[in-house]
Amino acid sequence: MSEVELRNFTMNFGPQHPAAHGVLRLVLELDGEIVERCDPHIGLLHRGTEKLIESKTYLQALPYFDRLDYVAPMNQEHAFALAVEKMLQIEVPRRGQLIRVLYCEIGRILSHMLNITTQALDVGALTPPVWGFEEREKLLVFYERASGSRFHAAYIRPGGVHQDLPQDLIDDIEAFCDPFLKVCDDIEGLLTDNRIFKQRNVDIGVVSLEDAWSWGFSGVMVRGSGAAWDLRKSQPYECYEEMDFDIPVGSNGDCYDRYLIRMEEMRQSVSIMRQCITKLNEPGGKGPVSSTDGKVVPPKRAEMKQSMEGLIHHFKLYTEGYRVPKGETYVAVEAPKGEFGVYLVSDGSNKPYRCKIKAPSYAHLSAMDFLTCGHQLADCSAILGSLDVVFGEIDR
Amino acid sequence: MQKDDNEDNAVAGNVDDKTEVLEEVAGYLAQKLPRSVLGHSIAFGDLSVEVRREDIVAFIRLLRDDLRLRFISLTDICGVDYPGRAERFDVVYHLLSPSRNLRIRIRISTDETTPVDSITEVFPGAVWYEREAYDMFGILFSSHPDLRRLLTDYGFDGYPLRKDFPTSGYVELRYDEELRKVVYEPVRLAQEFRTFDYLSPWEGTDYVLPGDEKA
Repeated sequence: MSEVELRNFTMNFGPQHPAAHGVLRLVLELDGEIVERCDPHIGLLHRGTEKLIESKTYLQALPYFDRLDYVAPMNQEHAFALAVEKMLQIEVPRRGQLIRVLYCEIGRILSHMLNITTQALDVGALTPPVWGFEEREKLLVFYERASGSRFHAAYIRPGGVHQDLPQDLIDDIEAFCDPFLKVCDDIEGLLTDNRIFKQRNVDIGVVSLEDAWSWGFSGVMVRGSGAAWDLRKSQPYECYEEMDFDIPVGSNGDCYDRYLIRMEEMRQSVSIMRQCITKLNEPGGKGPVSSTDGKVVPPKRAEMKQSMEGLIHHFKLYTEGYRVPKGETYVAVEAPKGEFGVYLVSDGSNKPYRCKIKAPSYAHLSAMDFLTCGHQLADCSAILGSLDVVFGEIDR
Repeated sequence: MQKDDNEDNAVAGNVDDKTEVLEEVAGYLAQKLPRSVLGHSIAFGDLSVEVRREDIVAFIRLLRDDLRLRFISLTDICGVDYPGRAERFDVVYHLLSPSRNLRIRIRISTDETTPVDSITEVFPGAVWYEREAYDMFGILFSSHPDLRRLLTDYGFDGYPLRKDFPTSGYVELRYDEELRKVVYEPVRLAQEFRTFDYLSPWEGTDYVLPGDEKA
């Protein structure tokens, strides 16, 4: 009876914990402060997106993609639009491509800004979110001015984008670029050499490159471990081929490297945005923003009111929709969080037969047990922050 | 104009090159494991290979370890349901080879009762993808370390992504003020669930439209 019975402590982390980034529930088994086992329970935000898409036409399915990674909505739409375009074999006009790239990079900044600053918040710094969210707000206004909505944009559609950008919006985005770099410097001044921030992040959550690949990581998670792998460079889509930008690569694969990469990627995104704006203002960047194929892209309102053919197309496209040839395809884009893919199976009708959404954070979160075992409890939130998880896309 | 033509040719050339590379990979796989490969196809620039269900682990291991292939990253595993077939499920694996910059799709088929060998030993990242396929379709995986439901509610019944599962589901839940807890009830829709058949009747349907049986 004198034997002392030792038992590990089991603890719930979330789903209401602010560092759980939404609705994550972690069941942690602790030996003192050391994590012995970490079992993420997900699905608290499961809305059955893939099931719902199966009963919608291709155009109706698109807005569901805004609701996946709601931090950078347009990057998700982009993947779906590319998949549908690939199956329909339609070309997006150049101006449409430039606008897409411009807004995808805005999305990247939106996501990285949220991640960097909330990661800082998770490890105890309160100022960065306040500074960063001010910039996010400006970018969301650009979203709103293009699409009419701050988050659920439904702006990038199969065939192009929904509407053209007014010139003053393009000018305002250009005017945003330079001051934003200053804000990046300021935030970096707060964090990069900050002693507490480094103590909490350096050598925490180290992933070797081999592990990163075999766990199915992508995006910043493999770049942090040393792979110069970016789908925008290695498998270029849209007009990324003509953009000039660098891929930052880490060497240690820890949380701190991932933070530095995100910081640098925001600067690269600004550079891409500038190049897009220059190209949009050139004569070559003028023209239609979406495919002129009337069987896929609905006519503009004015055309619909005046042309009989336009009226018929409008009616057919908003009731029946278009049919996508039978077959299957997998299309991936470099979303801010990693490789976001859409696996689309079509049976030749106007609705997708199956649409599997491959979300980058899903793979990252599944490695939570592997990443946190042996770390302190407090490191859990630092690691979770640097994984950059968003539950919209994990739970789907 | 001349320049544009050249560029077009260059793009077309790239596509041909890619198809050639994919054909070469498919040929190599068929030569390495002739009994496992049931067939392959290249569509929309993607290579899909159909594989015998029993050989999936060996096949995935070959893809990962062979120096000519190096498909070291597991992108995705998902199920697809074709209720009309004898083996109703497809399990689709997507792999990526960063060194060769190639993707591959592997497909096996199974039914509700036949388990598929788990590839978690080859790729640890497969754990959640296989759990999800089990959760959504009821596809069984043998020697999986932790085959629990993942995305659906605790105590959920049924497999939601099967084609015979209704989109509205069977149960709904609400907070009961009197019982002071969340209660499950059968789904009651305030408005009829509407699925319109918009497929053009001008091209003829393959079923009898309501009312047509009288004519």
